[in-house]
Amino acid sequence: MSDVRVAGVGLTPFGNTPERTSRDLFGEASIEAFADSGVERDDVDALLYGNFMGELSEHQGHHGPLMAEAAGVRAPATRYESACASSGVAIRDAVKRIRNGEEDVILVGGAERMTNLGTAGATEALAIAADDLWEVRAGMTFPGAYALMAQAYFAEYGGEHEDLAHIAVKNHENALTNEKAQYQSAIEVEDVLEAPQVSSPLGLYDSCPISDGAAAVVLTSEDYAEENDLDAPVAITGTGQGGDRMALHDREFLARSPAAREAGEEAYAEAGIDAGDVDVAEVHDCFTIAEVLAIEALDLEGVGEGISAARDGRTTADGETPINLSGGLKAKGHPVGATGASQIAEISKLLAGMHPNSEYVEDADTGVAHNAGGTVASATVHVLEVVE
Amino acid sequence: MSDSETGVQDAGFDDWIDAVEDDDAYYLECPNEHGSLPPRRVCPDCGSTDLEAVSLPETGEIETFTVTHVPTPAFEDDAPYATAIANFGPVRITGQVVGVDLEAIEPGLTVEIEISVSETTGERVLAFSPA
Ligand SMILES: [Zn+2]
Repeated sequence: MSDVRVAGVGLTPFGNTPERTSRDLFGEASIEAFADSGVERDDVDALLYGNFMGELSEHQGHHGPLMAEAAGVRAPATRYESACASSGVAIRDAVKRIRNGEEDVILVGGAERMTNLGTAGATEALAIAADDLWEVRAGMTFPGAYALMAQAYFAEYGGEHEDLAHIAVKNHENALTNEKAQYQSAIEVEDVLEAPQVSSPLGLYDSCPISDGAAAVVLTSEDYAEENDLDAPVAITGTGQGGDRMALHDREFLARSPAAREAGEEAYAEAGIDAGDVDVAEVHDCFTIAEVLAIEALDLEGVGEGISAARDGRTTADGETPINLSGGLKAKGHPVGATGASQIAEISKLLAGMHPNSEYVEDADTGVAHNAGGTVASATVHVLEVVE
Repeated sequence: MSDSETGVQDAGFDDWIDAVEDDDAYYLECPNEHGSLPPRRVCPDCGSTDLEAVSLPETGEIETFTVTHVPTPAFEDDAPYATAIANFGPVRITGQVVGVDLEAIEPGLTVEIEISVSETTGERVLAFSPA
Protein backbone atom coordinates (compact mmCIF):
# COMPACT_ATOMS: atom_id res chain seq x y z
CA MET A 1 0.00 0.00 0.00
CA SER A 2 1.48 3.28 -1.13
CA ASP A 3 1.73 6.24 1.21
CA VAL A 4 -0.20 9.32 0.08
CA ARG A 5 1.65 12.63 0.10
CA VAL A 6 0.23 16.12 0.24
CA ALA A 7 2.30 17.71 -2.51
CA GLY A 8 0.66 21.11 -2.61
CA VAL A 9 -2.35 23.05 -1.41
CA GLY A 10 -4.20 26.14 -2.56
CA LEU A 11 -6.97 28.24 -1.09
CA THR A 12 -8.80 31.30 -2.30
CA PRO A 13 -9.68 33.88 0.29
CA PHE A 14 -12.93 32.76 1.93
CA GLY A 15 -15.53 35.49 2.13
CA ASN A 16 -18.24 37.53 0.55
CA THR A 17 -17.59 37.66 -3.20
CA PRO A 18 -21.00 37.08 -4.76
CA GLU A 19 -19.81 37.98 -8.25
CA ARG A 20 -17.21 35.22 -8.42
CA THR A 21 -18.23 31.99 -10.14
CA SER A 22 -17.15 28.69 -8.67
CA ARG A 23 -15.07 27.98 -11.79
CA ASP A 24 -13.18 31.20 -11.16
CA LEU A 25 -12.69 30.31 -7.49
CA PHE A 26 -11.52 26.78 -8.17
CA GLY A 27 -9.26 27.95 -10.98
CA GLU A 28 -7.50 30.27 -8.55
CA ALA A 29 -7.15 27.62 -5.83
CA SER A 30 -5.74 25.14 -8.34
CA ILE A 31 -3.09 27.60 -9.58
CA GLU A 32 -1.83 28.00 -6.02
CA ALA A 33 -1.91 24.23 -5.40
CA PHE A 34 0.10 23.43 -8.54
CA ALA A 35 2.62 26.17 -7.80
CA ASP A 36 2.99 24.89 -4.24
CA SER A 37 3.40 21.27 -5.38
CA GLY A 38 5.81 21.53 -8.29
CA VAL A 39 3.62 18.95 -10.04
CA GLU A 40 2.89 19.34 -13.76
CA ARG A 41 -0.77 19.57 -14.73
CA ASP A 42 -0.13 16.92 -17.39
CA ASP A 43 0.67 14.40 -14.69
CA VAL A 44 -2.75 14.63 -13.07
CA ASP A 45 -4.64 11.34 -13.39
CA ALA A 46 -8.00 12.50 -12.03
CA LEU A 47 -9.89 15.42 -10.53
CA LEU A 48 -12.20 14.72 -7.61
CA TYR A 49 -14.29 17.76 -6.79
CA GLY A 50 -16.67 18.50 -3.92
CA ASN A 51 -19.67 20.79 -4.26
CA PHE A 52 -23.05 20.88 -2.59
CA MET A 53 -25.44 23.55 -3.86
CA GLY A 54 -24.26 24.29 -7.40
CA GLU A 55 -27.67 23.60 -8.93
CA LEU A 56 -29.28 26.16 -6.64
CA SER A 57 -26.61 28.85 -6.59
CA GLU A 58 -25.37 28.71 -10.18
CA HIS A 59 -27.90 26.60 -12.06
CA GLN A 60 -25.03 24.26 -12.73
CA GLY A 61 -24.80 20.51 -12.49
CA HIS A 62 -22.05 18.29 -13.92
CA HIS A 63 -19.25 20.22 -12.25
CA GLY A 64 -16.48 17.67 -12.86
CA PRO A 65 -15.44 18.50 -16.43
CA LEU A 66 -16.12 22.19 -15.91
CA MET A 67 -13.67 22.30 -13.03
CA ALA A 68 -11.05 20.22 -14.85
CA GLU A 69 -11.18 22.87 -17.54
CA ALA A 70 -10.98 25.66 -14.95
CA ALA A 71 -7.89 24.03 -13.45
CA GLY A 72 -6.30 23.31 -16.84
CA VAL A 73 -6.33 19.59 -16.24
CA ARG A 74 -7.03 17.00 -18.93
CA ALA A 75 -8.22 14.12 -16.81
CA PRO A 76 -11.42 12.34 -15.90
CA ALA A 77 -13.27 14.48 -13.36
CA THR A 78 -16.06 13.66 -10.96
CA ARG A 79 -18.15 15.67 -8.54
CA TYR A 80 -18.69 14.42 -4.98
CA GLU A 81 -21.71 15.53 -2.98
CA SER A 82 -22.16 14.80 0.72
CA ALA A 83 -23.48 18.16 1.89
CA CYS A 84 -20.81 19.99 3.92
CA ALA A 85 -18.58 16.88 3.80
CA SER A 86 -18.42 16.93 -0.01
CA SER A 87 -14.71 17.50 -0.38
CA GLY A 88 -13.96 15.35 2.68
CA VAL A 89 -15.37 12.36 0.80
CA ALA A 90 -13.48 13.45 -2.33
CA ILE A 91 -10.20 13.47 -0.35
CA ARG A 92 -11.02 10.05 1.04
CA ASP A 93 -11.60 8.57 -2.38
CA ALA A 94 -8.42 10.15 -3.71
CA VAL A 95 -6.43 8.62 -0.86
CA LYS A 96 -7.89 5.19 -1.56
CA ARG A 97 -7.18 5.37 -5.28
CA ILE A 98 -3.56 6.38 -4.78
CA ARG A 99 -3.04 3.73 -2.12
CA ASN A 100 -4.46 1.11 -4.42
CA GLY A 101 -1.89 2.07 -7.02
CA GLU A 102 -4.55 2.99 -9.55
CA GLU A 103 -3.40 6.58 -9.85
CA ASP A 104 -0.31 8.56 -8.89
CA VAL A 105 -1.44 12.16 -8.97
CA ILE A 106 -4.89 13.43 -8.07
CA LEU A 107 -6.14 16.99 -7.91
CA VAL A 108 -8.82 17.04 -5.22
CA GLY A 109 -10.74 19.96 -3.86
CA GLY A 110 -13.99 21.78 -3.90
CA ALA A 111 -15.73 25.10 -4.13
CA GLU A 112 -18.97 26.73 -3.16
CA ARG A 113 -20.65 29.92 -4.25
CA MET A 114 -23.22 30.92 -1.64
CA THR A 115 -23.43 34.64 -0.94
CA ASN A 116 -25.11 35.39 -4.28
CA LEU A 117 -28.16 33.57 -2.87
CA GLY A 118 -28.60 36.05 -0.02
CA THR A 119 -29.21 34.97 3.58
CA ALA A 120 -32.69 33.56 2.99
CA GLY A 121 -31.68 31.74 -0.18
CA ALA A 122 -28.56 30.28 1.41
CA THR A 123 -30.57 29.23 4.48
CA GLU A 124 -32.98 27.44 2.18
CA ALA A 125 -30.19 25.83 0.18
CA LEU A 126 -28.40 24.61 3.32
CA ALA A 127 -31.65 23.23 4.72
CA ILE A 128 -31.84 20.63 1.96
CA ALA A 129 -29.01 18.77 3.66
CA ALA A 130 -31.73 17.74 6.14
CA ASP A 131 -34.74 15.46 5.55
CA ASP A 132 -37.09 17.49 3.38
CA LEU A 133 -40.29 15.70 4.32
CA TRP A 134 -39.79 15.36 8.05
CA GLU A 135 -37.52 18.25 8.99
CA VAL A 136 -37.50 21.05 6.42
CA ARG A 137 -41.27 21.05 6.01
CA ALA A 138 -41.62 21.40 9.78
CA GLY A 139 -39.59 24.61 9.57
CA MET A 140 -36.28 23.20 10.71
CA THR A 141 -33.28 25.14 9.42
CA PHE A 142 -29.64 24.13 9.51
CA PRO A 143 -28.87 26.36 12.52
CA GLY A 144 -32.15 25.11 13.99
CA ALA A 145 -30.97 21.52 13.81
CA TYR A 146 -27.72 22.33 15.61
CA ALA A 147 -29.72 24.34 18.14
CA LEU A 148 -31.79 21.22 18.86
CA MET A 149 -28.53 19.37 19.47
CA ALA A 150 -27.21 22.17 21.69
CA GLN A 151 -30.34 22.14 23.86
CA ALA A 152 -30.21 18.36 24.06
CA TYR A 153 -26.53 18.57 25.05
CA PHE A 154 -27.20 21.09 27.81
CA ALA A 155 -30.05 18.93 29.13
CA GLU A 156 -27.95 15.77 29.11
CA TYR A 157 -24.46 16.93 30.08
CA GLY A 158 -24.86 20.49 31.34
CA GLY A 159 -23.19 23.63 30.06
CA GLU A 160 -24.60 26.88 28.84
CA HIS A 161 -24.41 29.38 26.04
CA GLU A 162 -21.45 31.13 27.66
CA ASP A 163 -19.37 27.95 27.30
CA LEU A 164 -20.14 27.91 23.59
CA ALA A 165 -19.23 31.58 23.33
CA HIS A 166 -15.65 30.75 24.33
CA ILE A 167 -15.38 28.54 21.25
CA ALA A 168 -16.37 31.41 18.96
CA VAL A 169 -13.93 33.74 20.72
CA LYS A 170 -11.10 31.22 20.37
CA ASN A 171 -11.69 30.61 16.69
CA HIS A 172 -11.85 34.31 15.88
CA GLU A 173 -8.60 34.77 17.79
CA ASN A 174 -6.96 32.01 15.73
CA ALA A 175 -8.05 33.63 12.46
CA LEU A 176 -6.36 36.96 13.19
CA THR A 177 -3.22 35.92 11.31
CA ASN A 178 -5.01 33.97 8.57
CA GLU A 179 -5.06 36.29 5.58
CA LYS A 180 -7.53 34.04 3.77
CA ALA A 181 -10.06 34.03 6.61
CA GLN A 182 -13.43 35.70 6.20
CA TYR A 183 -13.18 37.35 9.62
CA GLN A 184 -9.86 38.61 10.92
CA SER A 185 -11.34 40.34 13.92
CA ALA A 186 -11.31 39.51 17.61
CA ILE A 187 -14.61 39.14 19.48
CA GLU A 188 -15.46 38.93 23.16
CA VAL A 189 -17.69 36.51 25.04
CA GLU A 190 -20.14 39.39 25.55
CA ASP A 191 -20.40 39.92 21.80
CA VAL A 192 -21.49 36.32 21.34
CA LEU A 193 -24.00 36.44 24.18
CA GLU A 194 -25.52 39.72 23.02
CA ALA A 195 -25.68 38.93 19.28
CA PRO A 196 -29.08 38.52 17.62
CA GLN A 197 -30.58 35.05 18.04
CA VAL A 198 -30.66 32.80 14.99
CA SER A 199 -32.15 29.70 16.57
CA SER A 200 -32.06 29.64 20.35
CA PRO A 201 -29.65 29.15 22.06
CA LEU A 202 -27.49 29.84 19.00
CA GLY A 203 -26.95 33.43 17.91
CA LEU A 204 -25.22 35.10 15.02
CA TYR A 205 -21.73 34.59 16.51
CA ASP A 206 -22.36 30.91 17.22
CA SER A 207 -22.79 30.38 13.50
CA CYS A 208 -20.28 30.19 10.70
CA PRO A 209 -20.79 32.78 7.97
CA ILE A 210 -22.18 32.19 4.52
CA SER A 211 -19.08 32.09 2.34
CA ASP A 212 -17.68 31.85 -1.16
CA GLY A 213 -14.39 30.08 -1.70
CA ALA A 214 -12.42 27.17 -3.05
CA ALA A 215 -9.71 24.77 -1.94
CA ALA A 216 -7.43 22.54 -3.98
CA VAL A 217 -4.97 19.85 -2.92
CA VAL A 218 -2.50 17.92 -5.06
CA LEU A 219 -2.07 14.41 -3.68
CA THR A 220 0.56 12.02 -5.01
CA SER A 221 1.85 8.55 -4.34
CA GLU A 222 5.02 8.26 -2.32
CA ASP A 223 6.82 6.85 -5.35
CA TYR A 224 5.81 9.80 -7.50
CA ALA A 225 6.92 12.24 -4.80
CA GLU A 226 10.32 10.57 -4.55
CA GLU A 227 10.87 10.17 -8.29
CA ASN A 228 10.05 13.83 -8.84
CA ASP A 229 11.95 15.04 -5.81
CA LEU A 230 8.90 16.82 -4.39
CA ASP A 231 8.99 18.75 -1.17
CA ALA A 232 6.09 16.88 0.41
CA PRO A 233 6.84 16.15 4.05
CA VAL A 234 3.24 15.43 5.10
CA ALA A 235 1.30 12.25 4.33
CA ILE A 236 -2.33 11.28 4.81
CA THR A 237 -1.94 8.10 6.83
CA GLY A 238 -5.51 7.39 7.83
CA THR A 239 -8.95 7.90 6.34
CA GLY A 240 -12.33 7.10 7.82
CA GLN A 241 -15.96 7.70 7.06
CA GLY A 242 -19.08 7.22 9.15
CA GLY A 243 -22.78 7.56 8.61
CA ASP A 244 -25.94 8.05 10.62
CA ARG A 245 -29.67 8.33 10.03
CA MET A 246 -30.69 11.34 7.96
CA ALA A 247 -33.21 12.98 10.29
CA LEU A 248 -31.94 14.07 13.68
CA HIS A 249 -35.03 12.63 15.38
CA ASP A 250 -34.21 9.15 14.05
CA ARG A 251 -30.79 9.08 15.72
CA GLU A 252 -29.94 7.12 18.80
CA PHE A 253 -28.23 10.22 20.23
CA LEU A 254 -29.34 13.84 19.92
CA ALA A 255 -26.20 15.17 21.60
CA ARG A 256 -23.45 13.01 20.14
CA SER A 257 -22.05 12.35 16.66
CA PRO A 258 -21.59 8.59 16.21
CA ALA A 259 -20.80 9.03 12.50
CA ALA A 260 -17.77 11.14 13.41
CA ARG A 261 -16.73 8.65 16.09
CA GLU A 262 -16.90 5.83 13.55
CA ALA A 263 -14.88 7.86 11.03
CA GLY A 264 -12.32 8.80 13.66
CA GLU A 265 -11.85 5.26 14.92
CA GLU A 266 -11.32 4.02 11.38
CA ALA A 267 -8.83 6.76 10.54
CA TYR A 268 -6.91 6.37 13.81
CA ALA A 269 -6.70 2.59 13.32
CA GLU A 270 -5.38 2.95 9.78
CA ALA A 271 -2.75 5.42 10.89
CA GLY A 272 -1.92 3.33 13.95
CA ILE A 273 -2.48 6.20 16.35
CA ASP A 274 -4.90 7.03 19.10
CA ALA A 275 -6.42 10.27 20.25
CA GLY A 276 -3.52 10.87 22.64
CA ASP A 277 -1.16 11.18 19.67
CA VAL A 278 -3.12 14.02 18.07
CA ASP A 279 -1.21 17.30 18.31
CA VAL A 280 -3.58 19.56 16.42
CA ALA A 281 -6.97 19.28 14.72
CA GLU A 282 -9.24 21.12 12.34
CA VAL A 283 -12.83 20.16 13.14
CA HIS A 284 -16.14 21.05 11.56
CA ASP A 285 -17.40 23.92 13.72
CA CYS A 286 -20.26 25.13 11.52
CA PHE A 287 -21.86 26.09 14.84
CA THR A 288 -20.14 26.39 18.20
CA ILE A 289 -21.88 23.26 19.53
CA ALA A 290 -20.57 21.32 16.52
CA GLU A 291 -16.99 21.76 17.75
CA VAL A 292 -17.99 20.26 21.11
CA LEU A 293 -19.60 17.23 19.47
CA ALA A 294 -16.60 16.83 17.13
CA ILE A 295 -13.85 16.83 19.74
CA GLU A 296 -15.84 14.39 21.87
CA ALA A 297 -16.43 12.10 18.89
CA LEU A 298 -12.70 12.20 18.10
CA ASP A 299 -11.95 11.20 21.70
CA LEU A 300 -9.95 14.38 22.24
CA GLU A 301 -12.36 15.09 25.08
CA GLY A 302 -14.56 12.76 27.12
CA VAL A 303 -18.30 12.68 26.40
CA GLY A 304 -19.86 15.61 28.24
CA GLU A 305 -16.49 17.30 28.75
CA GLY A 306 -15.93 19.01 25.42
CA ILE A 307 -18.19 21.88 26.39
CA SER A 308 -15.53 23.32 28.75
CA ALA A 309 -12.49 22.70 26.53
CA ALA A 310 -12.24 26.18 25.02
CA ARG A 311 -13.29 27.98 28.19
CA ASP A 312 -10.64 26.17 30.22
CA GLY A 313 -7.95 26.64 27.57
CA ARG A 314 -7.42 23.03 26.55
CA THR A 315 -8.17 23.74 22.88
CA THR A 316 -6.88 27.30 22.56
CA ALA A 317 -3.74 28.03 20.53
CA ASP A 318 -1.51 27.63 23.57
CA GLY A 319 -3.51 24.71 24.94
CA GLU A 320 -2.68 21.03 24.96
CA THR A 321 -4.45 20.26 21.67
CA PRO A 322 -5.18 23.41 19.66
CA ILE A 323 -8.41 23.09 17.71
CA ASN A 324 -9.09 25.10 14.57
CA LEU A 325 -5.90 27.15 14.43
CA SER A 326 -7.11 28.32 11.02
CA GLY A 327 -10.07 30.04 12.65
CA GLY A 328 -12.30 27.12 11.82
CA LEU A 329 -15.47 27.39 9.81
CA LYS A 330 -16.59 29.96 12.35
CA ALA A 331 -14.03 32.62 11.48
CA LYS A 332 -12.25 31.30 8.39
CA GLY A 333 -15.59 30.78 6.64
CA HIS A 334 -17.54 27.80 5.32
CA PRO A 335 -17.86 27.58 1.55
CA VAL A 336 -19.53 24.21 1.96
CA GLY A 337 -17.98 22.19 -0.86
CA ALA A 338 -14.48 23.57 -0.20
CA THR A 339 -14.39 22.98 3.54
CA GLY A 340 -13.07 19.41 3.80
CA ALA A 341 -10.20 20.06 1.40
CA SER A 342 -9.41 23.37 3.08
CA GLN A 343 -8.99 21.57 6.41
CA ILE A 344 -6.45 19.22 4.81
CA ALA A 345 -4.64 22.28 3.46
CA GLU A 346 -4.55 23.94 6.89
CA ILE A 347 -3.28 20.86 8.73
CA SER A 348 -0.64 20.22 6.07
CA LYS A 349 0.66 23.76 6.40
CA LEU A 350 0.55 23.63 10.19
CA LEU A 351 2.56 20.40 10.28
CA ALA A 352 5.00 21.59 7.61
CA GLY A 353 5.70 24.78 9.55
CA MET A 354 4.26 26.90 6.73
CA HIS A 355 1.22 28.25 8.57
CA PRO A 356 1.03 31.62 10.37
CA ASN A 357 0.02 29.67 13.47
CA SER A 358 2.67 26.92 13.12
CA GLU A 359 4.51 28.43 16.10
CA TYR A 360 1.83 26.97 18.37
CA VAL A 361 2.54 23.43 17.16
CA GLU A 362 6.27 23.54 16.55
CA ASP A 363 6.98 19.95 17.50
CA ALA A 364 3.75 18.56 16.14
CA ASP A 365 3.86 15.54 13.89
CA THR A 366 0.24 14.36 13.89
CA GLY A 367 -2.86 16.29 12.86
CA VAL A 368 -6.47 15.41 12.23
CA ALA A 369 -9.11 16.89 9.93
CA HIS A 370 -12.80 16.25 10.65
CA ASN A 371 -15.45 17.17 8.09
CA ALA A 372 -19.17 16.70 8.74
CA GLY A 373 -22.14 16.63 6.38
CA GLY A 374 -25.55 17.95 7.37
CA THR A 375 -26.24 17.31 11.02
CA VAL A 376 -23.46 14.69 10.86
CA ALA A 377 -25.34 12.05 8.91
CA SER A 378 -22.01 11.94 7.05
CA ALA A 379 -18.55 12.42 8.46
CA THR A 380 -14.99 11.95 7.27
CA VAL A 381 -11.83 12.02 9.36
CA HIS A 382 -8.27 12.12 8.03
CA VAL A 383 -5.01 11.67 9.90
CA LEU A 384 -2.00 13.59 8.59
CA GLU A 385 1.54 12.90 9.73
CA VAL A 386 4.97 14.34 9.07
CA VAL A 387 6.86 11.54 7.34
CA GLU A 388 10.12 13.22 6.38
CA MET B 1 -40.00 23.28 -4.12
CA SER B 2 -43.13 21.96 -2.54
CA ASP B 3 -44.92 19.39 -4.61
CA SER B 4 -48.21 21.02 -3.77
CA GLU B 5 -47.25 23.69 -6.30
CA THR B 6 -47.71 21.07 -8.98
CA GLY B 7 -50.59 19.33 -7.19
CA VAL B 8 -48.57 16.12 -6.97
CA GLN B 9 -48.71 14.31 -3.64
CA ASP B 10 -45.73 12.71 -1.91
CA ALA B 11 -47.00 9.17 -1.53
CA GLY B 12 -46.70 7.97 2.04
CA PHE B 13 -45.89 11.34 3.53
CA ASP B 14 -48.94 13.35 2.43
CA ASP B 15 -51.09 10.31 3.22
CA TRP B 16 -49.63 10.38 6.70
CA ILE B 17 -50.39 14.10 7.08
CA ASP B 18 -53.98 13.30 5.96
CA ALA B 19 -54.17 10.59 8.60
CA VAL B 20 -53.04 13.00 11.33
CA GLU B 21 -55.76 15.41 10.24
CA ASP B 22 -58.24 12.54 10.63
CA ASP B 23 -56.90 11.92 14.16
CA ASP B 24 -55.41 8.69 12.98
CA ALA B 25 -51.65 9.19 13.30
CA TYR B 26 -49.56 6.06 12.94
CA TYR B 27 -46.02 4.80 12.69
CA LEU B 28 -44.56 1.78 10.95
CA GLU B 29 -43.50 -1.27 12.89
CA CYS B 30 -41.46 -4.29 11.80
CA PRO B 31 -41.71 -7.78 13.38
CA ASN B 32 -38.80 -6.82 15.65
CA GLU B 33 -40.84 -3.88 16.97
CA HIS B 34 -38.59 -1.20 15.46
CA GLY B 35 -40.61 1.96 14.91
CA SER B 36 -40.11 4.24 11.90
CA LEU B 37 -41.89 6.90 9.88
CA PRO B 38 -43.24 6.64 6.32
CA PRO B 39 -42.71 6.61 3.40
CA ARG B 40 -40.63 3.50 3.90
CA ARG B 41 -40.46 0.02 2.47
CA VAL B 42 -37.64 -1.35 4.59
CA CYS B 43 -37.03 -1.18 8.35
CA PRO B 44 -33.90 0.99 8.69
CA ASP B 45 -32.88 -0.90 11.83
CA CYS B 46 -33.07 -4.52 10.69
CA GLY B 47 -33.90 -4.55 6.99
CA SER B 48 -37.25 -6.25 7.41
CA THR B 49 -39.67 -5.52 4.57
CA ASP B 50 -42.67 -6.56 6.63
CA LEU B 51 -43.88 -3.17 7.90
CA GLU B 52 -47.25 -2.59 9.48
CA ALA B 53 -49.04 0.65 10.41
CA VAL B 54 -49.63 0.93 14.16
CA SER B 55 -51.45 3.77 15.96
CA LEU B 56 -49.12 6.44 17.30
CA PRO B 57 -49.36 6.93 21.08
CA GLU B 58 -51.77 9.80 21.89
CA THR B 59 -49.10 11.93 23.52
CA GLY B 60 -45.38 12.51 23.30
CA GLU B 61 -42.83 14.41 25.33
CA ILE B 62 -40.65 17.25 24.08
CA GLU B 63 -37.00 16.24 24.28
CA THR B 64 -35.40 19.32 22.77
CA PHE B 65 -36.59 22.51 21.12
CA THR B 66 -35.39 25.73 19.56
CA VAL B 67 -36.96 29.06 18.69
CA THR B 68 -36.00 29.99 15.14
CA HIS B 69 -35.63 33.67 14.27
CA VAL B 70 -33.94 33.24 10.88
CA PRO B 71 -36.22 30.95 8.86
CA THR B 72 -36.16 29.62 5.34
CA PRO B 73 -38.30 31.68 2.91
CA ALA B 74 -41.14 29.16 3.35
CA PHE B 75 -41.54 30.31 6.98
CA GLU B 76 -40.66 33.98 6.62
CA ASP B 77 -43.93 35.26 8.15
CA ASP B 78 -44.03 32.53 10.80
CA ALA B 79 -40.81 33.50 12.61
CA PRO B 80 -40.13 33.44 15.45
CA TYR B 81 -41.50 29.94 15.89
CA ALA B 82 -40.53 26.91 17.94
CA THR B 83 -39.39 23.61 16.48
CA ALA B 84 -39.12 20.58 18.70
CA ILE B 85 -38.24 16.91 18.66
CA ALA B 86 -40.89 15.02 20.60
CA ASN B 87 -40.54 11.44 21.78
CA PHE B 88 -43.60 9.27 21.17
CA GLY B 89 -41.96 6.07 22.40
CA PRO B 90 -41.55 3.94 19.28
CA VAL B 91 -40.62 7.01 17.19
CA ARG B 92 -39.40 10.56 17.63
CA ILE B 93 -40.89 13.28 15.43
CA THR B 94 -39.86 16.85 14.50
CA GLY B 95 -42.59 19.49 14.48
CA GLN B 96 -43.51 23.06 15.24
CA VAL B 97 -44.83 23.82 18.69
CA VAL B 98 -48.14 25.71 18.55
CA GLY B 99 -50.82 26.80 20.99
CA VAL B 100 -48.40 27.84 23.72
CA ASP B 101 -46.22 30.86 24.51
CA LEU B 102 -42.69 30.34 23.21
CA GLU B 103 -41.39 31.05 26.73
CA ALA B 104 -43.50 28.25 28.19
CA ILE B 105 -41.95 25.49 26.09
CA GLU B 106 -39.57 23.21 27.94
CA PRO B 107 -38.16 19.70 27.74
CA GLY B 108 -40.60 17.25 29.26
CA LEU B 109 -43.69 19.12 28.04
CA THR B 110 -46.40 16.62 27.05
CA VAL B 111 -47.78 17.24 23.57
CA GLU B 112 -50.26 15.93 21.05
CA ILE B 113 -49.63 15.86 17.35
CA GLU B 114 -51.68 18.00 14.98
CA ILE B 115 -51.47 19.72 11.62
CA SER B 116 -51.19 23.48 11.48
CA VAL B 117 -50.70 25.79 8.52
CA SER B 118 -47.73 27.96 7.56
CA GLU B 119 -48.65 31.64 7.71
CA THR B 120 -46.23 32.22 4.87
CA THR B 121 -47.27 29.62 2.32
CA GLY B 122 -50.55 28.17 3.56
CA GLU B 123 -48.92 24.73 3.44
CA ARG B 124 -49.76 22.12 6.05
CA VAL B 125 -47.16 21.82 8.80
CA LEU B 126 -46.66 19.03 11.30
CA ALA B 127 -47.17 20.53 14.75
CA PHE B 128 -47.32 19.74 18.46
CA SER B 129 -49.63 21.38 20.98
CA PRO B 130 -49.71 20.92 24.76
CA ALA B 131 -51.84 17.90 25.68
ZN1 LIG C 1 -36.76 -3.69 12.25
